[in-house]
Amino acid sequence: MESTELNKAVSGEYALGFEIDIETDVAPPGLSEETIAFISKKKDEPDWMLELRLKAFHKWQEMSEPHWGKLEYEPIDYQSISYFAAPKQAPESLDEVDPKIIEAYKKLGIPLEEQKQLQGIAVDAVVDSVSVTTTYSEELSKHGVIFCSISDAIRDYPELVKKYMFSVVPMTDNYFATLNSAVFTDGTFVYIPKGVRCPMELSTYFRINALNTGQFERTLIIADEGSYVSYNEGCSAPTRDEHQLHAAVVELVTMKDAEIKYSTIQNWYPGDETGKGGIYNFVTKRGLCKGDNSKISWTQVETGSAITWKYPSCILKGDNSVGEFYSVAVTTLAQQADTGTKMIHLGKNTSSTIISKGISAMKGQNTYRGLVKIGANATNARNYSECDSLLIGSNCGAHTFPYLESKDTQGQVEHEATTSKISDEQLFYLRQRGINEEDAVSMIVHGFCKQVFSQLPMEYAVEAKALLELTLEGSVG
Amino acid sequence: MITLDIQNLEAKIGEKQILKGLNLQLEEGKVHAIMGPNGAGKSTLSKAIVGHYDITVLGGDILFKGKSIKDMEPEDRAKEGIFLSFQNPVEIPGVNNAYFLRTALNAKRVHEGKEELNAAQFLRLMKGHLEELGMKPDMISRSLNEGFSGGEKKRNEILQMLILEPEVIILDEIDSGLDIDALRAVSEGINKMKDGKRSFLVITHYSRILDYIEPDYIHVLKDGQIVKTAGAELVTQLEEEGYDSIVNEQ
Repeated sequence: MESTELNKAVSGEYALGFEIDIETDVAPPGLSEETIAFISKKKDEPDWMLELRLKAFHKWQEMSEPHWGKLEYEPIDYQSISYFAAPKQAPESLDEVDPKIIEAYKKLGIPLEEQKQLQGIAVDAVVDSVSVTTTYSEELSKHGVIFCSISDAIRDYPELVKKYMFSVVPMTDNYFATLNSAVFTDGTFVYIPKGVRCPMELSTYFRINALNTGQFERTLIIADEGSYVSYNEGCSAPTRDEHQLHAAVVELVTMKDAEIKYSTIQNWYPGDETGKGGIYNFVTKRGLCKGDNSKISWTQVETGSAITWKYPSCILKGDNSVGEFYSVAVTTLAQQADTGTKMIHLGKNTSSTIISKGISAMKGQNTYRGLVKIGANATNARNYSECDSLLIGSNCGAHTFPYLESKDTQGQVEHEATTSKISDEQLFYLRQRGINEEDAVSMIVHGFCKQVFSQLPMEYAVEAKALLELTLEGSVG
Repeated sequence: MITLDIQNLEAKIGEKQILKGLNLQLEEGKVHAIMGPNGAGKSTLSKAIVGHYDITVLGGDILFKGKSIKDMEPEDRAKEGIFLSFQNPVEIPGVNNAYFLRTALNAKRVHEGKEELNAAQFLRLMKGHLEELGMKPDMISRSLNEGFSGGEKKRNEILQMLILEPEVIILDEIDSGLDIDALRAVSEGINKMKDGKRSFLVITHYSRILDYIEPDYIHVLKDGQIVKTAGAELVTQLEEEGYDSIVNEQ
């Protein structure tokens, strides 16, 4: 890594470049070679990237949409979608914003200035995220950390991108990942150099910017030997998005002795109780523990979207590498989630932990789907899986599909699964002590999610708790 | 003075009528024991008082300090000062014991117009009571009743009672499943709550607990009604002669 390159990446310049260019142009609906060329040109990309995009597009045309998930939804018309749109016009003041959203912000305890930022309203310089960004960029540059948009990385760090993009999630991995490969418009790139422990939670201070990049995000994080980074994606604030289809790809790579901790809070628009509207969220997230003794840990709190199709996975290639998946998925209204993980054990003495908590209320349908695969050379591999479902009311559903493929007989695999209803007995016990019904329900639900929330960075855990309460509000009784 | 006044109460569980015109008055500062054979309606009575979801009240009334509580939500009855020590306290995984109890106490304090206790104030209060009850300090951080032994669960009920300081205390089979040490600790906790104001309703199948908590009145419940009321001396008679002879005297 050239130090001039690094400095450029983490200086104030990059901070400006992180934002989407304000263009008035909108690509007409539909997907063709021309649309892709248009996106690539707008992003000022080198030719090699355009070639890769077109290759992905041609592959995608030969593929068909998968339907093995336990999900029901209207067919997606890919030709009616606009793949490159100008940012939405921001409102002049909070008075113009949907009062329901403002109400939710208040309940989540989001400060007024941040509420404005979330809605894209200009704020005074003191709290301007750009100035905050600059301060933290200086700190990051001192450590040689690269943290920029994927578009910048394609231009500024082509060697790193060429080497690692598609190395964990191949270009044609699945229908949605292939679509993303062709049309991705933004996302994040992170590189942590050898031996560096990233001095802050990444993206905590940048999340405002990240909010506008939702539709076809592409994220690539590389942790070099002996490094550590904790990356947080998303935000508990409710976000309305006019794009119904989201198809993101996240790739993580850890070298020897490195660790990545990736936390997500997803609260996209869930649609209404009849199943109208809401985001279709088809996400491919995968991490490669490439080096020995490396570790990747996924923690997710999924409360939004009408449809969630998402399996953050770990390929445990290095010996002694560790994969973790901690998940809370909530489906209420008419939401459907089919989510889980894949733990692929290839190296010796690899271990993985899966803790999945599904909560269903109203007409929500929640499916856990997980695969633990132990390869022939993965001697002494260990897995522990725990999949618990909690039902609130009697119109919702929970389903569990754990799969195990083992080629090694010495491996140790444990699986536990429970399904429980919030019992009348538990509710009554709390109410007899003077706690009202709504508080009693949220107390029981928090208790249920405790193992997962304890994995989140502190600030995030507080947000997740408030979000859960808000999501389940009114779904009881 | 009468704290709890149960008037001609009729109640059913499912389609089966259990309480058939039950009358009972609890006096301020007194310990009332309810005894009776299995299936007489003892637990139904305690559930009816606290507004349990199993029970449908068909007629009569329940007055607390002169005010009807028959149609109040369970949490509102609790905040007014009615406490039930459960026969089988339910386990709630992941819910921290101290957090739960502080939430309950603060709900009551807010109802009474008092300030809420912060975590530090509450822990001081709780620690003192833990020692009195011979409970391990880790009870603070464990999940509510999860993995507790029978004795620990009952002690935990008493701990809640000491902290919430209710006015009417219903103890449903508090002695079931307790060894002698636990029984003593639990009884001491209960006796400590006697302050000349609080009323106790001790529901029990056996007389053993009444050696530790001396009752002022014994009521015999049979077939959904109180059929006899007398002083503590009735315990001995019940033990020697059984319920049948007492009931047949009527």
